[in-house]
Amino acid sequence: MGKISTKDVEYVAGLAQLALDDAAKERLAREMDEILSYMDKLNELDTANVEPMMHAMEMTNVFREDVVGESLPREIALRDAPQHDGEYFIVPKILDTEGSA
Amino acid sequence: MEYEAVIGMEVHVEINTKSKVFCACSTHFSAPANTNVCPICLGMPGVLPVLNREMVNKSVAAGLALNCTISRWSKLDRKNYFYPDMAKNYQISQYDLPLCSNGHLDIEVDGQPKSIGITRAHMEEDTARNTHTLGGGQSGVDFNRSGVPLLEIVTEPDLRSAQDAYAYLTALKQILQYLDVSDCNMEEGSLRAEANISVRPKGASVFGTKTEVKNVASFSGVMKAIEYEIKRQVELIESGGAVEQETRGWDPDRGITFTQRKKESAHDYRYFPEPDLVPVVVDAAWEQRIRESLPELPLPRKHRFMEQYGLSDYDANVLTGTQAMADYFEAAVQADADAKKTANWIMGDLQALLTEAKADISACNVTPACLAEMIRMINDNTISGKIAKEVLAEMFVSGKSPKQIVEEKGLVQITDASAIEGIVRQVLADNPQQVEQFKAGKDRVVGFLVGQVMKASRGKANPEKVNEILRNELAK
Repeated sequence: MGKISTKDVEYVAGLAQLALDDAAKERLAREMDEILSYMDKLNELDTANVEPMMHAMEMTNVFREDVVGESLPREIALRDAPQHDGEYFIVPKILDTEGSA
Repeated sequence: MEYEAVIGMEVHVEINTKSKVFCACSTHFSAPANTNVCPICLGMPGVLPVLNREMVNKSVAAGLALNCTISRWSKLDRKNYFYPDMAKNYQISQYDLPLCSNGHLDIEVDGQPKSIGITRAHMEEDTARNTHTLGGGQSGVDFNRSGVPLLEIVTEPDLRSAQDAYAYLTALKQILQYLDVSDCNMEEGSLRAEANISVRPKGASVFGTKTEVKNVASFSGVMKAIEYEIKRQVELIESGGAVEQETRGWDPDRGITFTQRKKESAHDYRYFPEPDLVPVVVDAAWEQRIRESLPELPLPRKHRFMEQYGLSDYDANVLTGTQAMADYFEAAVQADADAKKTANWIMGDLQALLTEAKADISACNVTPACLAEMIRMINDNTISGKIAKEVLAEMFVSGKSPKQIVEEKGLVQITDASAIEGIVRQVLADNPQQVEQFKAGKDRVVGFLVGQVMKASRGKANPEKVNEILRNELAK
């Protein structure tokens, strides 16, 4: 029995809004288990004196100046939307009034 | 049993940069829907967001004003969830290394000082705006707001009442406006407040179960919602029930809070470091530059006004309400006007004119120097206080100097004794009945006679001189 059960897979798949069949769940449970086992392997290393790496690139402070540039013409912005009314993107009615921000 | 409320606030403020936080689209509020959008803020795959430097500057300024520690190293993270207001299905925010943390904001509640802990203030992006006005089971989405910079400011559970919350929000808004980092306009959504509220027996050390009240559109609404929620929770507990952890909305028309979302559906956001944005390093020199650029903040300025100009707590509070007002007051005083009189003129007649014209003092036709000149003209008896009101109203419209207005309209105060004597004698001759009454011991008619003299001089006679001369004439 590994660290990851098919229940864990179902939970994560649910958060990602993925529908998986039983075979996929079992395969993913196995694969995710292998990934976590590898993490355990890494945990064997002594990293007490190693600075944590915050980013894959050794770069900091990449900024743009606060200057307004061109935006897209609205018809281009809306063009590829499944549905729009010329002004707004149209989506199925939003019932939950919870926005996040 | 006696209960006490434990309240923490989460405030989102839109930072007033010109362009969005990760792209060059305008942050302008009232643009037509979906015209301030580009592939980045529309959440297209494969685009590269780049952090707006001014967002960091303004966020650090806010953090410093809130007495926060500024992180030397800070990074951005992805907060993952699905919602139609966020096309890329994650919001760029900050998770474990916020830009600002461990601060406090000093407030005054009923004249008593109180310090509210600031847990953190972190940078993130605003989401798109949904409209619910469309028929046919549909909603419209406008991405103009998507990517507008937001600073989320979270307090410790240090607030104990609706009044505390109101004082905190007011002080926070004032500071952010002083710093020019946000417009803090609740109607336009540039300041949004949420309150976490729980109650517990007074003196208890553990917290009760909290509810979160969201989507309140005004400070007074926040106050009412908190008052309602405290009462609801206490009654629930008193009647043997238990508070459920949930998100509640506020219905201003019915004056009640209502269940919006239960804890069961609470999200697991699976934060991870944003790979498209590199860490932000604010070194000591950068922090110092921002610290040195901070203006004097409202509360210290209020106390200085009381000390330096001898103003009352109330006057100093009103005058430091906005930076523009405080600057105006100080400019007038520096232009050699009496501080107390300047305060009265600004808070009285000038404020009335501004309110009527729905204008802000920063765009006022009456310059501080002109107001100071007018006050000096009252002091040296060139004009009376009554005439000054007329002069101020004229200055407000035309922007002319008080001297010019007084000369053009012939409003110079009559202080010449012989000129006043002439008017007084005429008034006494015209009002023999009142003169009789005075001689019969009715001292009060003097007020009436002074009024008549002022009227006859079209307000220009010096009231003190009038009084003096009138009494002399009556004694004859």
